[in-house]
Amino acid sequence: MSTSDAVWSEEGTTPDRIEAALRTLLVERHAESGSFVPARVLNMIAFVDDEWSGEIANRLRGVGRYAASRLIVLSYDRKRERLDARASVASDGDPTPGQLALLRETVIVRLGERHLDDLPTIADPLVVTDLPTLLWSPHGHHEAIEALLGLAQATLIDSIDEPVWRDALDLASKLSERLYVVDLAWLRSTPWRERVAAAFDPPAMRPELDRLTGVTVRHHPDSTVAAMLLLGWLASRLGWKLDHAEIVSSDRREGVLGGTAHADGHDVKLELKADPSLSVPGLAGVSLHTASSLSLHLDRGPGGLHTRRIDRDGREREWTLLGASRGESGILGEGIRQALLRDQTYGPALAAAQEMLPDAQALVPGGARPA
Amino acid sequence: MAAQPGQPTAEPTPENPLTAGLERLPVAPTTLVIFGATGDLARRKLLPALYNLAHDGALPERFRLVGVSRKEKAHEDYRKECEEAIRQFSRRPPKDDVLTALLDEVKYVPGVFDDDSVYAELGKVLDSFDEDAGETLNRAFYLSTAPEFFPVIVGQLGRSNLARDEHAEVRVIIEKPFGTTLEEARELNREVLAIFEEQQVFRIDHYLGKETVQNLLALRFANGMFEPLWNRNYIDYVQITAAEDLGIGTRAGYYDHAGALRDLIQNHMLQLLCHVAMEPPVNFTAEEVRNEKVKVLDSITKPTAAAIPEMAVRAQYAAGHAGGEDVVGYLEENGVAPDSTTESYAALRLEVDNWRWAGVPFYIRTGKRLARKITEIAVTLKPVPHLAFSQDGSLGVQPNQLVLTVQPNEGVSLRLGAKIPGTRMIIRPVNMEFLYGTSFLSQSPEAYERLITDAMRGDATLFTRNDEVEAQWQVCDPIVGAWAQEPGPLPKYEAGSGGPAEADELLLEGHRWRAI
Repeated sequence: MSTSDAVWSEEGTTPDRIEAALRTLLVERHAESGSFVPARVLNMIAFVDDEWSGEIANRLRGVGRYAASRLIVLSYDRKRERLDARASVASDGDPTPGQLALLRETVIVRLGERHLDDLPTIADPLVVTDLPTLLWSPHGHHEAIEALLGLAQATLIDSIDEPVWRDALDLASKLSERLYVVDLAWLRSTPWRERVAAAFDPPAMRPELDRLTGVTVRHHPDSTVAAMLLLGWLASRLGWKLDHAEIVSSDRREGVLGGTAHADGHDVKLELKADPSLSVPGLAGVSLHTASSLSLHLDRGPGGLHTRRIDRDGREREWTLLGASRGESGILGEGIRQALLRDQTYGPALAAAQEMLPDAQALVPGGARPA
Repeated sequence: MAAQPGQPTAEPTPENPLTAGLERLPVAPTTLVIFGATGDLARRKLLPALYNLAHDGALPERFRLVGVSRKEKAHEDYRKECEEAIRQFSRRPPKDDVLTALLDEVKYVPGVFDDDSVYAELGKVLDSFDEDAGETLNRAFYLSTAPEFFPVIVGQLGRSNLARDEHAEVRVIIEKPFGTTLEEARELNREVLAIFEEQQVFRIDHYLGKETVQNLLALRFANGMFEPLWNRNYIDYVQITAAEDLGIGTRAGYYDHAGALRDLIQNHMLQLLCHVAMEPPVNFTAEEVRNEKVKVLDSITKPTAAAIPEMAVRAQYAAGHAGGEDVVGYLEENGVAPDSTTESYAALRLEVDNWRWAGVPFYIRTGKRLARKITEIAVTLKPVPHLAFSQDGSLGVQPNQLVLTVQPNEGVSLRLGAKIPGTRMIIRPVNMEFLYGTSFLSQSPEAYERLITDAMRGDATLFTRNDEVEAQWQVCDPIVGAWAQEPGPLPKYEAGSGGPAEADELLLEGHRWRAI
C-alpha cells in the first residue's frame, strides 16, 4: 500500500507527454530524497473495461509486494474520443536514512474505440525498455490482446473465466505459441500439485505412481478447467494417454465428468466433480487410488490441506499439510511473479487437458457450456 | 508386491516425475528436535522460521516438532511459548489456523542434556510419531544450546541409539561457535564424527543462508564479464567489511569471551572471502562447492608470530557518540571487566597464495560501534596504465571499484570515471548501481528458513564441512593465541567513528580503507 504519491494528470494528452511526465515525477521524487529509487522489475499492461477499472485497481492493490514496477492500465470506454491520462509514482513507505524507498509507477490511460488501431503506439512509449512486459486483459477483448502481443513476453489469463471449456484451453494453447502464458487456473492447482508430488516422493511411495487406478478432482462449479489442468498435469508427467471425458451429470452445481487415462498396462479412472460447497474458485479436493489398495485424499481444511491416507493394510491416518490459503489476491500476485519465471510443465498439462475435453455437445456444469 | 510406505525397497528408487517444474521440492517427512528449545535463538529465529515455512507450504509433508530444554513444563505451556515467540518475531503476522495446526502436536521433553532419561523419553516421543505416521520419519536434531553442550548432546544421542536409523535419515544441525580455538574445533569434530557420519552433520553459518551471499556466486559465475578480470592481473586489492553501529548491548557474557575475531572473522567473513576467491566449482553440489572453499582457506598464508603485528590489528571502542547520543566505551559496558583485553574491532591483511590471487591483499575488518551498519565487499581494480587526459581541475581518475553490498541495501556498485559535462575533459568518479531490492518481486526468506529446509533435505551446500571449519581456525588460531599473550590496554577508537587509526598500518602503499 502506497503511503506517498506524486501525481500528474492531463486531458487530451499523448503517450510522449505521459512518458515525459513519468520521467519528471521520478526526478522530483529523487530530488526529494535520495532514498527514493524506482523499482525496475516488470512492466504490466492491463487492458480493462472503464466501468470495471475500480474493481481491477482494488484487485491489483491486493497483490502487495508482487505489484509490477510499472503498471499501465488502458481503461477502455468505447465512446471515448479523447486520450486522458493520470500518472502516479508511489512509494511503499517514507524514506528513512540508510534505507531504500522503492517507487512504483502507475499510468492510467483512458481511451476509446477510435484508439484501438493504435494501441501499440500508445502503450509502447510507456513501457520501460528492457524490462519484461506482462499483458493482462481480464475482461476479454481478445482483439486488444492480439494488438499488444508484440510488446509483451508473457500474458496473464484465467482459464476459468472463459464460459466454454474448449475455448479456454484453445485460447491458452494459441497464446502459448506466441508468448509465455501465466494461467491463474493453473496456479490455483500449485499447492495441490506440490502436495501430490510430496505424497509420492518417499522412495517407498514412488512405485505407487505406476499403480494409480483412479483420480478424482473436486472443484468449484466454475473451475472445471482448473481441475482438467490438474489431471492434465498428472497425465503428462506420468505418460498417460487420455480419452475424451464424458459428462456423467450435467447438474448446474453438482456436475460430474468421467474419463479414462491409459497408463502403461492399465487404465486409470478419472472423475471431475463440482463441489457447490466451495465458495472460492479453484479446487476443493483430490483423491488418488492405487492398485495396492492405497488411497490418498486431500481436502481444503483449516491451516492447510487435510490429508487422509488409507494404507494397504486398511489403516487410516489423517494429518494436515500446513500452508496458508493465498486468497484470490494472493493468486493474482503469484501470477505476476510467475511472469518472471518459466514453468515448462504447463504446456504439456494444457495439451493433455485438451485431449480429455468432452466432444459431446451436451450441457455441462456451470450452465450451457458446450465443449 | 509393493513395500509399505516408509519401508526400504530392494530395487533402485524410481525418479519422482511429479517434481519437475515445482518451485518447492518435496522435503521428506521429518521430526525436528530443537535442543535449547526455550533459548533466544529458538524464540527469535528458529520458531518464526518454522512458522513461515509452514505458511508457505514448504515444510515436509509430515512434520513434527519436539522441544528439549532444562526447564520443567507441560507440552501445552511450551506450545504457548512457541506461539508467543512466533507472534513476536515472525517476519509476517501469523495466520491463526496455520499457527494452530503447526503447534497442535508439538511435544516438549524437559531435562538436563547429560541425563539419560531425557533421551529415553525423547526416543519414546519419536517412536510415537513414527507409529502415528505409519512410517519412520527422518530426524533432525538442532543443537541450539550453549556450545559446551554440543559434545554432551551428541554423545547422548549416540549412546541412546538415536543417531542412526536403518529406515530413515538422521541429521544433526550444530550452531556456531564451532569451537573457540583450532584445538577445540578439532576435538568437537572428533566427538561429533565418532557418532555421526560427516554427511549427517550440518554446521550452521547463517551468513551462508543469506540471499545476497548466495548471490555473490551468481554474480561471479553467471556473468561472463567478471571472470576475465577476477585475478591478480587486474585486481589490486579486496576489502571485506562487516561494521556494526551498535555496541555489545546485553551480550557481554558471550562477546567478552569471544571478541570480534572469533565472533565474525573466523566464520562469516572468511566465508565471504571464500566466495570472492574460490574457483568455479564443477557443479553446485555440496562437495564441489566446499572443496573449492577449502582450497581457498588452505591457500591463505598462515600467520606466524612474527608477522601478526604486521597483519592484524585489534582495538576497543572508547566513549563517543552514536545515533545522536552519548555512548559509553567498551570497558564501561555492563558485564565487561574493566581490564578486559577482548577486541571489539579486528582487522586483518590476508594473502591467498595461489595462482589467481598471489600478491593481492585481502583486507578484512569488523567492529562494533562504528559509524554505521554495513557489510560489503569492495574489489579495487588496478589503475589504468596510461592516462591520456590531464587531471588538472579534476578529482582525479580513480581505479574502478566493484562494491558488493551484503547489507543493508543489497546491491552492486561499480565506480567508473566519467567526464564532467563542459568544454574541458575533466574526469570524476561516478557510480553505476544495481540495487537488489529494485529488481525482484519476491521477498527474501530469512536465512534460517533456507538453512532449516536444506538441512531437512540433506543438502549441505550452505553448511560448513569439518575440514572447512578447521581450515578457518588455522587462519585465526595463531592470532587468537598471540593476542592472548599480549597485555592490554588495547588501542582505542571513538564510538561512532570509522575505526582505529592503527588499522591504516595494515594497508600497503596506495591502498586505503573505504569510508564506513
